[in-house]
Amino acid sequence: MTGYERHITLSAYAFLAPALLLIAVFFFLPVLAALLLSFTDFDIYALGDLNRLRFVGLQNYGQLLQSPLFWTALGNTFYFVAVGGPLSVAVSLSAALLVNSRLTRFPGFFRTVFFLPVVTTLVAVAVVWRYLYHPHYGLLNYGLSLFGVDPIGWLGDPDWAMPAIILMVVWKNFGFNMIIFIAGLQNIPISLYEAARIDGASAWRQFCHITLPLLRPTFLFVALMTLIGYFQVFAEPYVMTQGGPANRTLSVVLLMYEEGFRWWNIGYASAAAFVLFALILAVTGLQLKLQRGER
Amino acid sequence: MTKGERREENGIPDVHCIFSGRLKSIGSRLIRLALMLGALTGCHSDPGAVVTVEFWAMGQEGEQVQVLLPEFERRHPEIRVRVQQIPWSAAHEKLLTAYAGDAMPDLFQLGNTWIPEFVALRAIEPLDQRLRDDPAAVLADFFPGILVTNRLDGQTYALPWYVDTRLLFYRTDLLSATGFAQPPETWEDWRKAMTVLKVAGGSMRYAILLPVNEWQLLVILALQHGAPLLRDRDQYGDFQNPRFREAFTFYLSLFEQGLAPPVSNTQMANLYQEFASGTFALYVSGPWNIGEFRRRLPAAVQPHWNTAPLPGFGADPGLSLAGGASLALSRSSPRQDAAWKLLQFLTEPEQQARFYSLTGDLPARQSAWADPALADNRYAQAFWHQLQHVQATPPIPEWERIANKIAYYAELTIRKQKSMDEALAALDRDVDRILEKRRWLLSRSLTP
Repeated sequence: MTGYERHITLSAYAFLAPALLLIAVFFFLPVLAALLLSFTDFDIYALGDLNRLRFVGLQNYGQLLQSPLFWTALGNTFYFVAVGGPLSVAVSLSAALLVNSRLTRFPGFFRTVFFLPVVTTLVAVAVVWRYLYHPHYGLLNYGLSLFGVDPIGWLGDPDWAMPAIILMVVWKNFGFNMIIFIAGLQNIPISLYEAARIDGASAWRQFCHITLPLLRPTFLFVALMTLIGYFQVFAEPYVMTQGGPANRTLSVVLLMYEEGFRWWNIGYASAAAFVLFALILAVTGLQLKLQRGER
Repeated sequence: MTKGERREENGIPDVHCIFSGRLKSIGSRLIRLALMLGALTGCHSDPGAVVTVEFWAMGQEGEQVQVLLPEFERRHPEIRVRVQQIPWSAAHEKLLTAYAGDAMPDLFQLGNTWIPEFVALRAIEPLDQRLRDDPAAVLADFFPGILVTNRLDGQTYALPWYVDTRLLFYRTDLLSATGFAQPPETWEDWRKAMTVLKVAGGSMRYAILLPVNEWQLLVILALQHGAPLLRDRDQYGDFQNPRFREAFTFYLSLFEQGLAPPVSNTQMANLYQEFASGTFALYVSGPWNIGEFRRRLPAAVQPHWNTAPLPGFGADPGLSLAGGASLALSRSSPRQDAAWKLLQFLTEPEQQARFYSLTGDLPARQSAWADPALADNRYAQAFWHQLQHVQATPPIPEWERIANKIAYYAELTIRKQKSMDEALAALDRDVDRILEKRRWLLSRSLTP
């Protein structure tokens, strides 16, 4: 390395240093602290007097894995991801295709309208949706009653609460992925479709053999982001049901929040956070591998 | 039991506060840094001139208490008060964060069930010395059942600011139509009245609303029946105790017989509408609903509701929970003397009566109830009687978690996902686990 190159390297590090420092102080340090906390029984007793803190090794993790509540939360989270994730991606893609279609008039208008729920405050949305879901005077049950369907308890019914939340979340969030899909769609050269049309390919074949393959990177990105985001579902059940009825909408992050900030079991909550982290890491790794492998 | 529940009844918790929780602690550090810089650049105040007391109060109390303060500052020109208003839903978390960040106020309001927790944190200054030194402090004037919740191991850590308990809100017209001229006084009469109400109401109507995600009524019934809840110096759960089991059986029967709908309070989009339309005739709730019922029930229903003390088991008067909010001095505060003066001022009968007319919060001092605003309030009288018969929940920091478990297993049983035996065994197991740290501390002779 010449003196000049060394100089360049040094100045590169000098420029990077502030950002790296900030990341270290505000990200890696807290994460490390949380990891250490997850091996202790830090709670309000320890907060008052550190003599009352115990190092418990892996006990928090052990208790977590033995706790039926954690498995309930994990099951609910998987349910939410498994149903909500694909549904959200499918709805986003369909909306993107519709908005991007040559036949659609005023695409700008629809783009904006579909995007509006994304930027609306969640609490305001939740208030309105709770009215929609009301078993007696809710619009949804009224609509169903026209088809002779008996009223559903939605948020109060243990079996319907999670689907109700998924429906709301998908409605609220599909606009964001839709925008990304539209950007992806617009990157596909029109000439390919023209060529396919000349060869007599139907719209469905064009979709299968041009749109989908060329949308693959966008698809991968959207699927990953949705997966990571959906695993961390918190605000919607927190606002709509507070985890109820009978914990059927309790998610892992909601459980972590309750343990950490409501009951102040910081050690236990940290352990929950790291288990979720490991899980997301594993699942995204698997997904990346699968989608890359297909290529 | 605190008024934080008032929010839960309204449904939506204050999410903004949740998200700003972490930001707040960073924010408060930045603010303190800014203050330090300000001090360095030389804005010295005259020492010893005026003391500023930092006072944190929740919700509407934080707003309305400011009306009382000019009088206090007139009496004590050397003290200024800075009130910080905190929403109930964020209050507990904010106090804990303030404690962790060493940024406690001098004087603060807290739900009386939080006192054991803040005592365990060593965040509260005991008041005993000050109470002894001060002849004006008349502890006997406070409701005794409520005062108990402010004392722990023989020390007084806080004074009640206002009181809170649960009793029966009922539709006088619907109840008298069933042949009961007076509200029921025993469990058996209560059940009879509810059965008649249910039969008269038909399938869409119920006798009583008991939100399935609440633990209060079940615990009240258990306490009335003499169930100890916990055993061995509050080190283990005692929910398989026959007394608790019997109270639980009665509670469950209300749902099994269709007297109460199996709904949670988040499912009740409009409680007041449902009460007005007669969907249920009885409701167990606290003093905050006097104002709400007056405001929200339609004029046609206004003459037809009232409050009554809870029915009791057998001949005993039905006791209820000793709730309310208290005022405490922060142990780390350098301005405790000034803060104590403010605490005394706020618990004077005269200020208590004024505070009642501002907020509807029931005074903790019994002599304040002579005020015409209260003496003439027909809904408040039942509270006066109920407050003579209140009992505290176990005074340990873990209580709220335990109460939450009780609600959880009660709901599972009501929804028939667990049998009563399974639920109670699981409840004892969970509670024993929650109390593990307490057992360890006691076994090591460390004060919990």
